[in-house]
Amino acid sequence: MSAATHHQDDLVHGHDDHHHHDDGMPHVSFKGYMTGFILSVILTAIPFWLVMAKVIPDNKVTAVIVVGFAVVQLLVHMVYFLHLDTTSEGGWNMLALIFTAMLLVIMFAGSLWVMYHMNTNMMPVSVEDMRNMP
Amino acid sequence: MSNTATVNNASAQEFYLTEEHHVENGTMLGFWLYLMSDCLIFACLFAMYGVVGANYAAGPSPKDLFDLDLVALNTAMLLLSSITYGFAMIEMARKNKGATLIWLAITGCFGLAFLSIELYEFHHLIHEGAGPQRSAFLSAFFTLVGTHGLHVTFGCIWLVTLMIQLHKNGFTPVMRRRINCLSLFWHFLDVVWIGVFTFVYLLGVLR
Repeated sequence: MSAATHHQDDLVHGHDDHHHHDDGMPHVSFKGYMTGFILSVILTAIPFWLVMAKVIPDNKVTAVIVVGFAVVQLLVHMVYFLHLDTTSEGGWNMLALIFTAMLLVIMFAGSLWVMYHMNTNMMPVSVEDMRNMP
Repeated sequence: MSNTATVNNASAQEFYLTEEHHVENGTMLGFWLYLMSDCLIFACLFAMYGVVGANYAAGPSPKDLFDLDLVALNTAMLLLSSITYGFAMIEMARKNKGATLIWLAITGCFGLAFLSIELYEFHHLIHEGAGPQRSAFLSAFFTLVGTHGLHVTFGCIWLVTLMIQLHKNGFTPVMRRRINCLSLFWHFLDVVWIGVFTFVYLLGVLR
């Protein structure tokens, strides 16, 4: 089928679902949603289990693992539920996401870093803290 | 003189897109940009929680307050609502109006269940004297989780509106676009909730 007939086809029948990204609609499939759902359930259940059952005695190690699972689950949601890929909206979606992620990291990490140092270098607040000064 | 005209002609031709784009593309990109700006709002609230989240003012800490069973149940509600919205999207692709409406209704029910559990939790906390005015940690907690809850509330209102419109109009391109926008919004809220339950609840209890 030539491109011209194809276009004609679209005009007549409206938007065909098998036509990828033709009208800004994502290509949805049962398999894709189920894969995302099952992965999310696993990636949610494991951190909850780790924290609630206190599987690892060291809290810091548990915290790192929990954050790791959250990052992976974030990516799973992006791909399977938000249908994000490098081609959606001609790449502008991905570009906006990368820009937002960059701002987010600067703002989030920056705030925590600055405020942590400010807390350590501030005058102690209570009388007890004052007495316990090194 | 004639030379410039030819150059102008040639360059003018290059500016035309050979393939016409649909108007819908603009809306979907615009909505995505809105979601990204919403993402920044949540990032600010998360940063605020990160900064003051350990200032208990000699009040209760996350370990004393949070009931992880309840949070797990809440998370399950939101995850289930995500997959049922997915099923609605699949039925929409099949142009099956009745089934789409049913799946949207089920999604709404899960959304309401999530909100009820969250309101119960808030009520319980305030009843225990751990309201937003108790400490900086609790102020930040109520702001962050409350903002997410408000988003879910508006998502539910939007969902009901779309269900009525869909019932009346059927699958017009405009309706499909609207349902697709809400899909993004709904799944985006689920993404934010991943951050909330990890950063606020799980790490709070570990602290």
